[in-house]
Amino acid sequence: MTIRLNGDPYELTAPLTVSALLTALAVDARRVAVELNLVVLKRAAFDTTMIHAGDTMEIVNFVGGGAPDATRG
Amino acid sequence: MTTPNSASDPLVIAGRTFTSRLILGTGKYPSHELMQAAHRAAATEMVTVAVRRVDITRRSASLLDFVDTSSITLLPNTAGCYTAADAVRTAHLGREAGLSNWVKLEVIGDEATLFPDTAALIEATRELVKDGFIVLPYTNDDPIVCRKLEDAGAVAVMPAGAPIGSGLGIQNLTNLRIIREQSGVPVIVDAGVGTASDAAIAMEVGADAVLLNTAVAGARDPVAMAAAMMHAVIAGRLAYRAGRIPRRLYATASSPIDGLVGG
Repeated sequence: MTIRLNGDPYELTAPLTVSALLTALAVDARRVAVELNLVVLKRAAFDTTMIHAGDTMEIVNFVGGGAPDATRG
Repeated sequence: MTTPNSASDPLVIAGRTFTSRLILGTGKYPSHELMQAAHRAAATEMVTVAVRRVDITRRSASLLDFVDTSSITLLPNTAGCYTAADAVRTAHLGREAGLSNWVKLEVIGDEATLFPDTAALIEATRELVKDGFIVLPYTNDDPIVCRKLEDAGAVAVMPAGAPIGSGLGIQNLTNLRIIREQSGVPVIVDAGVGTASDAAIAMEVGADAVLLNTAVAGARDPVAMAAAMMHAVIAGRLAYRAGRIPRRLYATASSPIDGLVGG
């Protein structure tokens, strides 16, 4: 099955939880925010929220920034 | 001795007390290590961070490994957002990533100047305040816009001194003074500071704090410039509180006239 992850197509073998995907990606769940189909998830919901085919997911974290820069997000 | 960097003259934003009046960024540094050293040299208590997609293709050191969050408050920004909707969305993501409802709100209106879209900024402020955010909006130095932002629930206003990263210094001291006089919330000069004297001048005319990034991160020696900025902000604040003398066109002698030799 295919989802859209951070703007690009991403292949998954089967539906799985947000926590499981973060673990598979080696992403520290305590330092990211996740948006699934335009809804920002609470961290407590990572273990129980399932990702399905066709879902659109964004995983973001904090990076260096200060005064605004010209980079479009 | 009383200094503004002591508990006697704290900066209070939305009920939270800061002893430092210098807010720094976390972008454009040559390395995370230099950034951390600069933050320490400046004794800053708040830094801005950007919210961006995680790079899932390669591992990189986390910015948060280089920010001491026990003494430094993270202020997620919405840099790079060009609409109110994008800024609100980014603010919500930042809140979950940082587990804090503080946001430095930016809605950019133009790529060349990075000036804010103030109509969208006011709209986004209103919406985020409704959603429970502590909103600190980056705006231009327009007293009317600053008043509208305060009316919309902003806990501080952050007028630009000059375009972002320009290092031009405070271009309109008159507007800044008017904003300070009229604001019921802290006024934080955000952007345009090029060197220490710019920060001191902003503070001398009454800014409650200065937020800067490029002037330190882009200096030849970021750690030394961070220390310079800390001193400048303290000096400017002290001068503001001390009260400057009036400007005069002609000299007034400092030494007594009486008792001159040969008189």
